Amino acid sequence: MSNLFDLLVAGLATGAIYALVAVGFTLLWQTSQTINFAQGEFVMLPAFLMLAAMHAGAPFWLAIILGILLSMILLGLAFKMLLVDPMMRHGVLPLAIATMALAIGIKEAVKQFFSAEASPFPSIVPTGDISILGHAVSLQSIGVLVVAILAVLGLTTLLNRTSLGHQMQAAAQNPTVARIIGVPVERMILLTFLINAFLVALASLLITPIYLAKFSSGEVLGQAAFIAAIVGGFNQVRGAIAGGLLIGVLDNLAAAYVSTQYRAAVPMIFLIAVILFRPQGLLGRAEERTV
Amino acid sequence: MSAFAKPLKIALGLAVIAGLILVPMNFNRYGLFILSQWAVMSIAAMGLNLTLGYAGQVSLAQGAFVGIGAYAAAIMTTHGWPLPAAILVAITLSFAVGWVLGYPALRVQHHYLAFVTLAFSTLAFLVFRNESWLTGGIYGISNIPRPHIFGIATNKPLPFYYVCLGLLAIVSLAVWWLIRSPWGRAFMALRENPLRAQSLGIDTRRYTLMAFAIGSALGGVAGALYAPLTQYIDPVPFNLSLSLDLLMMVIVGGAGFYFGPFLGAMIAVLLPEWLRFTEGYYLMLYAVAVMLLLIWSPTGILGILDRTMAARRTKAASALRAVAKSRLETVQ
Repeated sequence: MSNLFDLLVAGLATGAIYALVAVGFTLLWQTSQTINFAQGEFVMLPAFLMLAAMHAGAPFWLAIILGILLSMILLGLAFKMLLVDPMMRHGVLPLAIATMALAIGIKEAVKQFFSAEASPFPSIVPTGDISILGHAVSLQSIGVLVVAILAVLGLTTLLNRTSLGHQMQAAAQNPTVARIIGVPVERMILLTFLINAFLVALASLLITPIYLAKFSSGEVLGQAAFIAAIVGGFNQVRGAIAGGLLIGVLDNLAAAYVSTQYRAAVPMIFLIAVILFRPQGLLGRAEERTV
Repeated sequence: MSAFAKPLKIALGLAVIAGLILVPMNFNRYGLFILSQWAVMSIAAMGLNLTLGYAGQVSLAQGAFVGIGAYAAAIMTTHGWPLPAAILVAITLSFAVGWVLGYPALRVQHHYLAFVTLAFSTLAFLVFRNESWLTGGIYGISNIPRPHIFGIATNKPLPFYYVCLGLLAIVSLAVWWLIRSPWGRAFMALRENPLRAQSLGIDTRRYTLMAFAIGSALGGVAGALYAPLTQYIDPVPFNLSLSLDLLMMVIVGGAGFYFGPFLGAMIAVLLPEWLRFTEGYYLMLYAVAVMLLLIWSPTGILGILDRTMAARRTKAASALRAVAKSRLETVQ
């Protein structure tokens, strides 16, 4: 069963990254009804920003900080102010389409200004294996898991234990009432966009050493995060985390035990089943029906 | 005003049709290919416009139906069947699969429905790629013949462009008739207020499935034309991004407007070509253009027209009202 153990660890590591991306996805949905089809590209871009900083001569740690800051400005602030704000009141669909266009734009920009080829990316975790219970486990998997878990713990603490987090939740659940009781709703929405930008930059930092930096790498990732968010529950942060881990593990197990050809089908069939039989997601609350 | 507008509209329509027939005559091979592609994509987008724009059901699977139609046509015509037979099979197949895909729409709505159809789209792609015994797998199907119509070979780009245009005309007329029929009204009732539609005695269940099936069938028609147009198909063009592109066409053109898909397909197919002179930047500029357009008018290009017309009508009405009021006052 050593094979199963390895698969589980690798699955959890990718799943943890999916979870980070999916959490950001659900945050945007909750606070501003934004279905961000560019979320995968949002993960792809920060790695290139960091690479650009390194090409300009910055050391790796500085490049990481610059990359995260730039991501928060571009993918958080600018995304919200230039695209989401003008379109939010026109309903879900036009904005979703605009983010599809944004995804094309980001992909093409990276292809044009950086490279169409895959570039290697340094890892923040040293490579090599350590032995756990007699199994060789790659340090990278462990590192990814630890960082992702810390990030998710930090976020849930922020949301559930601090006054700021409560204000954010209030702004998401009922903006009108939140405004009446004095929550700065606009600022809270902006904050979720910044948090999303931070999460995708972090995910970028974790996943790019494994899959290389490539302009098209966002497609698969965005879709996986998408599925994770829905499977877990579109309106729940902990749902997105569970969904991410589940999809990561499922994906890895499917590759080993089902068939490599149809590995991508397993999460999809799972997704359809969840939507049909439990549309609110495994951990989600049912949305109220509006007439 | 309105007595003048109708002949004007007819004249404009005739001019566009004449232009579509006459202007491409001295186009080169590539120009004709792009224009044929526009016709094919218009058909697919028109189908999605029925499902989304008129019946209000979000589908991210239209690209998969184009794929189903294309594979049906490619497999049949390479085995010696005539294209019209292949088109009929493509329609039947897409209609049936679309009907089945409509069932989730009875349970879930909006974004959830979008995700079910998204998953279906990915599954269809995997089948195209992996079932090599049927679809040729990643190597695809090549040497797809172009049809003989009334004994005339359409191997050359120009005759085949006319085949595409002819089918576009047939589909356009059929859709025109459909949205004016009681069915079209039922679709719109479904979009505007499903509960009220049901209480008025519309079988919402059946019409939801119908909206999916008919929209998908048009995707199949587009696919059945796409295969002989490119004469070679592999799974790549029918992945999720085609479905997203088609959705973008419908929204950018104007969902729920009859002419929306034509304009949307024009922007999606022709605008990148016009921007080719910018070389590597053309898709970037295209993406920016789409975003700016949607920020400006979330209801698409025809939404702008609709609003200016509505504004003009309100203006005219208030002018009339002012005149009437002043008359009343003079009488008093």
